[in-house]
Amino acid sequence: METFIHRIDQVGAQERVSRLFSRSIKKESKIDALHTVLSMIDLTTLEGKDSPGKVKQLCYKAAHLHDQFPNLPSVAAICVYPTMVPIAKKALENTGINVASVATAFPSGMTSLEYKLNEVRMVVADGADEVDMVISRGKFLRGEYTYVADEIASVKEACGKAHLKVILETGELVTLDNVRLASDIAMKAGADFIKTSTGKVSPAATPTVVLVMLEAIRDYYKKTGKKIGMKPAGGISKAKLAIQYFVMIKETLGQDWLHADLFRFGASSLANDVLMQIVKQSTGVYQSANYFSMD
Amino acid sequence: MGKKSKNTDVNPDWSYSPAPESTDHIQINKKNDLFIDGKFIPSKKGNYFETINPANEEKLADVAEADQSDVDKAVKAARTAYDKVWSKMDPAERGKYIYRIARLIQEHAREFSVIESMDGGKPIRESRDIDIPLVSAHFFYYAGWADKLEYAFPGKMAKPIGVAGQIIPWNFPLLMAAWKIAPALATGNTVILKPAETTPLTAMKLAEIIQEADLPPGVVNIINGAGKTGQALVEHPDIDKIAFTGSTAVGKLIMKSVAGKRKRYTLELGGKAANIIFEDAAIDQAVEGIVDGIFFNQGHVCCAGSRLFVQESVAETVISKLKDRMESLIVGDPLDKNTDIGAINSKMQLDKIKMYVDIGQKEGASIHQSSCRLPEKGYWHAPTIFTDVSQSHRIVQEEIFGPVLAIQTFRTVDEVITKANNTPYGLSGGVWTDKGAKIFQVSKAIRSGVLWANTFNKFDPTSPFGGYKESGMGREGGLEGLMPYVNLV
Amino acid sequence: MSKREDIKKTYKLYIGGKFPRTESGRYIKWTDQKQSTQVNICRGSRKDFRNAVVAARSAFSGWCSKTAYNRSQILYRIGEMLEGRRSQFLDELMLQGSSKKVAKKEINQSIHRLIYYAGWADKYQQIFSRVNPVALPYFNFSYPEATGVVSAVAPNDSSLIGLISIVAPIIAGGNTVVVLASEENPLCSITFAEVLHTSDVPGGVVNILTGHRSELLEQFSSHMDVNAIVYCGTEPEEIKLVQENAALNVKRPIIYSDENWLDKNTQDPYRILNTLETKTTWHPVGV
Repeated sequence: METFIHRIDQVGAQERVSRLFSRSIKKESKIDALHTVLSMIDLTTLEGKDSPGKVKQLCYKAAHLHDQFPNLPSVAAICVYPTMVPIAKKALENTGINVASVATAFPSGMTSLEYKLNEVRMVVADGADEVDMVISRGKFLRGEYTYVADEIASVKEACGKAHLKVILETGELVTLDNVRLASDIAMKAGADFIKTSTGKVSPAATPTVVLVMLEAIRDYYKKTGKKIGMKPAGGISKAKLAIQYFVMIKETLGQDWLHADLFRFGASSLANDVLMQIVKQSTGVYQSANYFSMD
Repeated sequence: MGKKSKNTDVNPDWSYSPAPESTDHIQINKKNDLFIDGKFIPSKKGNYFETINPANEEKLADVAEADQSDVDKAVKAARTAYDKVWSKMDPAERGKYIYRIARLIQEHAREFSVIESMDGGKPIRESRDIDIPLVSAHFFYYAGWADKLEYAFPGKMAKPIGVAGQIIPWNFPLLMAAWKIAPALATGNTVILKPAETTPLTAMKLAEIIQEADLPPGVVNIINGAGKTGQALVEHPDIDKIAFTGSTAVGKLIMKSVAGKRKRYTLELGGKAANIIFEDAAIDQAVEGIVDGIFFNQGHVCCAGSRLFVQESVAETVISKLKDRMESLIVGDPLDKNTDIGAINSKMQLDKIKMYVDIGQKEGASIHQSSCRLPEKGYWHAPTIFTDVSQSHRIVQEEIFGPVLAIQTFRTVDEVITKANNTPYGLSGGVWTDKGAKIFQVSKAIRSGVLWANTFNKFDPTSPFGGYKESGMGREGGLEGLMPYVNLV
Repeated sequence: MSKREDIKKTYKLYIGGKFPRTESGRYIKWTDQKQSTQVNICRGSRKDFRNAVVAARSAFSGWCSKTAYNRSQILYRIGEMLEGRRSQFLDELMLQGSSKKVAKKEINQSIHRLIYYAGWADKYQQIFSRVNPVALPYFNFSYPEATGVVSAVAPNDSSLIGLISIVAPIIAGGNTVVVLASEENPLCSITFAEVLHTSDVPGGVVNILTGHRSELLEQFSSHMDVNAIVYCGTEPEEIKLVQENAALNVKRPIIYSDENWLDKNTQDPYRILNTLETKTTWHPVGV
C-alpha cells in the first residue's frame, strides 16, 4: 500500500496556528459562529458509570439547550457507549438529533477484529446513525499500515448505512508526521469523518493536530473530489477555542465545511460556554454558570 | 450518513466582521518639533512638512524639517553630552537608563503599535505582535551589555566611538530606531537619529519616552527631514560614525561621501533574496514561508524572499497551494485586527511597484493576483506572483520592495545555488528541506548574511543581521551588533 | 490610648512557591546582638530538603525551557521588587548588626547584582558557545545547557548579597536551586523569598531553607537527584564532606571561599558557567 509520507514541520505548523488564532471575531460574525458551533456539537458521555438516567438527561439537554433563549439550534448528535444506544435512540425520537456510538473496544481497541466487527453490527442494529471507531495504534506505530487500513475498511463495511468516524488517537501518535499519515490512511480506507481523540488520553485535540488533519482533508478533496469530515474531541470546553477552530476551518477548507455534515465538536461542557457567550452578546452582560442547566 | 441533523442555516458566506483597534486612547501631537538636547524645539527656519496615513491619505501631523543649522545644533548637543556626561558615566548606570526605556516602551506598547500602523500602513496585528515587542526586547538586550563589554571581545577593550549619525527607513520605523539607538547607547556613544520622512511619528513618541526615562539631554537627538537632512548629517565633520539602512543607491553615495575622512560607517541596504523549496520540504509550511517572505509587511522588507525557486517536481503543487493561500490574505484597513496586508507606504512606492508589475508583464512573464477588493482611497496593491520568469528578467534582478514574487523552477541543488548567488545582493536567503545535511550544505554555499532554514523573516535582538556584497556591510543584533559602535584597543 | 502592638512576622521556609513551616516542627531561637529582638526560625529538616528537591526538580523543565529573554526579564523584575522594599531590608540588615551605611551599600549592590545577572541571562550563550572547525564534513557546535537542580549553601557572613550572589547566576543559567540560608543571619534570606514570590519567578525555581548547617550539609551534599552543589565557606572539614559526598552521584562541587560579596569582582559570567554543561552536536554537511 502506498505510504507516501507528507512531511510536516512542527514549528511551522504552530506558527500557522498562531496566526489563525490571532483572528479577531466580533459582532455578527461572532454571533453567527456561536450559533453554528452549537449545531455542530456531539454532546458526549463516555464514562464507566453512565446509566440510563444519565443518558436520558443528556438527551433532553441536547434537544433543549436553553429554552429561555429563542431560536437556538439543537446539537448534532449524542455520543454514548454501545449499551446506551437503545436508551438514547428512544429519548431522541423526533428531535432530528443523531445517535453516535463508540465501538471497536473503545477506547483502547485492544481486542480481536471479530469482536470489534460484532460490536459495530450490534450498535448499528440498535439504530446508531454514526459509529466512532478507534484505529489500532500499536499496529500503526509498528509500521503495519496495511493492517490499519484493512481494519478500517472492514469496519466501514460493517457500518452499513451508518456513517463512520475514525478516531486516530493523536495523543498516542505523538508526531504531526504520524497524524498526517494516519489521516491519509483513514480517508483512503473509507472514513466519512476523521476524529482526533477518544478523550481518554492526554493530549487530546490540539490546534496543530487539527490543522494537519484539516490540511489532509483538503489535499484529499483536491485529489479525489471527496469531502471528508473532521471532528476534534477532548479539551474543547471554551467557546473562544471553538470559534478559533471555526476560523481554521474557514481558511483551510472553506465555507462548505462550516456545517454539521462535515464538522463536529466532540465536547461535553462546550455547549454551556457557547450559550453563555450567546446570551452575553445579546444582553451585553457577562454570564454565570448558575443560569445554564448542567446535565 | 444517517439522519440529517437539525441545523440552523449558517450564514452562506461566513466572513469576519470589522474588528477595528481602538484609537481613542492614543495621542498624536499635531505639531512635532525637533528633539535636540532633551527638548522639543522648532527648526531654525520654522519649516514643517506633513505626514499622512497611507490607508486613507489623510494628514496626521506636521513635522519640523531640520536644515543644516538644525543638524549642527543636534550634533553639538550630542558631542557635549558625549564629552561631559555619557562617556564619563559608570557603564552600569548607562545600562539602567536603557533598561528604563525598554520597560517604558512595554508600558506604552499599544499606543506605539497604533501610531506605527497609522503612520506607515502596516497591519496593527504586525505592529502589535511583532514590531513593538521586538523594539522593547532590543533595548532590553543591549541594556545588559553596557557593563559587560570586557567579555565581548577577547583580548580587546571596547571603547565608544563618539557621536553617531543614524538614518533609518520607513518599513519598520520604530524597530529600525531601536536597532540603531540601543547598541550605540549601550557602548557609550551618543546619537542623532533621522527617521524616514513618511514615518516620523513613532520616533517622536520615542523621544517622549526618552524624556520620561530622564535620559541626560543630548544623548539621543531625533531630527526629521528628507534626503537633504540626511545628507547634511552624513557630511557633518563632527560625526564619528554613520549608520544607514536604506537603498543600495544611497548607501553607495554615503560611501563616496565619507571617503578620505575618518568616519566609520555601517550600511544595511537592499536585497533580492532567494527562497528555495526542495521537493523533500514540508510543503504546507513552506507555502506559509513563501507568504511570510514576500507578502507580509506588504513586501516592504529588505530581506524579503522575492525570488522563489521551487524544485520542478513539486512546483505545480506548491504554486497551486500558494494561489489558494493568497486568496485567504486579507488586504485592508491597517487598523483592522484581521488585516494581513496593509497599505503601501507612499504614492511614490506604489508607483514604483506598479511600474515593475508593468515591466514584468511586458517582459512576457505570467501574472497572477489574488482576487481581493482594494479600498478606494489610500495606496494599495494586491499580492502578485509572476511565473515563466528567468534570471534575465528585470523583475527577477531588481528590488521591487512590494508584494510581488517572481517564481522560477530548478532541477538540481547545484543549479539553484548558482542562481541564488547570481545577484549583486546578498542579504538573506531561505532553504526548505526536511534533510538536515542539505540545510547545512546549502546554507554554507549561499552568499548571504542571513540564512533561514525551514522558516523566513525571523528576527531576534540576539541574532546578527546584515548583508554580503551590495546588501551592505556590518551587522546589527547580537554580539556582532556591538562591533560597529566600538573602537577595539 | 494604649500603645499599638505590632503583628510579629513568622519566619517560614520557601518551598515550591509556598511558605510552609518545617515539617519537623522544630525551631531555632535567633536574637540580635543587643538581645532586643527574638525571632523563631524554622529548624529545617532532611525531609524539608527532600521536599524542596522534589519541587526544584519538577520546576526545572519549565524554567530551563523558558526563553532566555523571559528569564532575563524575570531576574530584572526581582531587582524591581527588591528596589521597592528597600526600607524593609534596611531594617532587617541593621537588626542583624549592619551599620546603616553598610546596609544601604549592601542593598544597592544586591539590586545591582540582580540586574547584572539579568543582563547575562540572554548573553552568556553567545560568549560560551562555539562552532568548532572539525576536520571532517560535519557542522559541529557546542553550547552550554543547565545542569539541573543545584543545592547551595549560602555564605554565613552575608544575609542578602551573599545569597543573591549565589542564586542569581544559578537561575540565570536555567537551573533551579535549593538554598540553605545563612545560619547566623537568616532574616533577610526569608524576606528575600517574599521578593521572589512577587517577581513572576515560578514556584520551585528557588527554594530557601533555614536551619543548622551541621544537620543539613550531609543532605545537601549527598542527595542523588541534585546535579551540582555550591558551597560558600572556609571550613576544611565541611569542604571535604561536600567533595566526598559529591562523589556519590558525581555531583559537581563548586566551592567559593573567602569572598567579599560587596566587591564587584564577585560577579561574573563564569559563575553561571560553573553550573552549566557543554553539549556538542555533530551533523553532516552534504546533500
